Amino acid sequence: MSLYTLTAHALLDKIKSGQISAADVVAAFRKRIADVDGKVKALVRLGPDAGRDNGGSGLFPIPIAIKDNMCIRDVETTCCSKILKGFRPPYNATVIEKIIEQGGVILGQANMDEFAFGSSCETSCYGPTYNPWDLKRVPGGSSGGSAASVAADEVVWALGSDTGGSIRQPAAFCGIVGLKPTYGRVSRYGLVAFASSLDQIGPLTKDVHDCALLMNIISGYDRRDSTSVDVPVPDYTASLIKDVKGLRIGIPKECFIEGLNPEVEASVRAAIEVLKKLGALVVEISLPHTKYAVATYYILATAEASSNLARFDGVRHGLRAQPTTSRKAPIVDMFEETRNQGFGAEAKRRIMLGTYSLSSGYYDAYYLKGQKARTLIKNDFDKAFESVDIIVTPTAPTTAFKVGEKISDPLSMYLSDIYTIPANLAGLPAMSLPCGFDQNGLPIGLQMVAKPFAEETIFRAAYTYEQNTTWHTKKPVLN
Amino acid sequence: MLNKEDVRYIASLARIRVTEDELEGFTKNLENIISYVDQLNELDVEKVEPTSHVLHLRNVYRPDLVKPSLSQQDALKFAVDSYQGSFKVPRVIE
Repeated sequence: MSLYTLTAHALLDKIKSGQISAADVVAAFRKRIADVDGKVKALVRLGPDAGRDNGGSGLFPIPIAIKDNMCIRDVETTCCSKILKGFRPPYNATVIEKIIEQGGVILGQANMDEFAFGSSCETSCYGPTYNPWDLKRVPGGSSGGSAASVAADEVVWALGSDTGGSIRQPAAFCGIVGLKPTYGRVSRYGLVAFASSLDQIGPLTKDVHDCALLMNIISGYDRRDSTSVDVPVPDYTASLIKDVKGLRIGIPKECFIEGLNPEVEASVRAAIEVLKKLGALVVEISLPHTKYAVATYYILATAEASSNLARFDGVRHGLRAQPTTSRKAPIVDMFEETRNQGFGAEAKRRIMLGTYSLSSGYYDAYYLKGQKARTLIKNDFDKAFESVDIIVTPTAPTTAFKVGEKISDPLSMYLSDIYTIPANLAGLPAMSLPCGFDQNGLPIGLQMVAKPFAEETIFRAAYTYEQNTTWHTKKPVLN
Repeated sequence: MLNKEDVRYIASLARIRVTEDELEGFTKNLENIISYVDQLNELDVEKVEPTSHVLHLRNVYRPDLVKPSLSQQDALKFAVDSYQGSFKVPRVIE
């Protein structure tokens, strides 16, 4: 068996027992990247190998890919946007520090939708990433490069960020495990902000055990992120228990709706049956405001994005365009021309939408109303979690769609996040894990959502399901 | 309803230059999205408190201690243009 097909925990066992060295592992993955990334195009930059000096000396000398929106000191970090081309951050994100401390080896920076604006990885200024299961299809987004690099065995695991489903939806499309932790669980210091009240960094891995290991590494309070929460980090691997007896699982009646692909529905229902047979108590619940989640999200996320992206103006780092007209003050002309050349169409659309909902005369009708709708959505979850421990839904309404299929229709693209968005609005931890394949051989994802800081409940339920099924052992054929 | 003039105005607020060619497409896209989000009008939110943030944090302070921070030199190392320890920009006044 080739080393690159193994999980982190399997590799660590082999390293510990002296069968292989950390250097063997890195070499195997380097070769794998050289062999398949030309087809998948998951990585936009190789290296920087920031962990090489201590690779082998740390506890986790594991090859990793990092989404291109987390700062790595002195290494170009662009959010896959032309406006940040050439930007080399003068500091490391906290998660990068933690990975390096553990001996992690950063083999590449992963492709993403520009500034994480998208669900398909097609808005990247470097061009799309392709789904390892079918190279004509998208890997999902926005952490599409992270998900595809793991699914294609180019790295052992990866970090992504999730604002409305950007870890979970690509994990589902690529047949791997992806976790958006509780808002505040993982420091975002050094993550380029998209929507600050929603963004979280999280792991994309080949199985649930690896997800727990990577969460152990990246979780915890950080004084440099004032939204990180100072609650103790448990050892998540202690929750890898094959037992769901008595676990109360809620199935929202609002999730089996029009637009849900019948094959996805069948797989999700079958997964629920598996959990039921293993002793879980399955009950129907209601999250009555679910249908307003996408609208709420696109008001709030774009408003925050328009504010966060105001800093990209050509003054400090990245792109600076030359003034083109003498009709305005040279600096204003430079701002407008830099942003014109630097941002792609989707970024411009979202910045304008956010600017509109925050502008005088529209603030109450849009932004404030969105914040109030968010309260209703959060209240739905609070009420549901009075009677259940975990909520199970599909991760996405369909399997991976074709490259180009939705790019000209922004609204249909937005609707692919219909199941993932509510967990961001409510700040809840949520995982996607493989639960089947459609008739085209494309992976299907199952989503599990828990109360704030109850990642352990997710790990227990997900591990039990995974260990009683074989979906996670299937691999795409790329050679 | 959103028209081209509205979009031109929003773009100028956002300091984004939109060409005439792009204007029609953006107007259509934004109009579509805004009519979709208008479904929130179905909700009675008069008595609902807004949620800006799930953690309800307020004024997070840290101890007032002097600690090392990014040096001026490091901050400017990859600046697009700098002059005597500052970022240099094009002329501000016409």
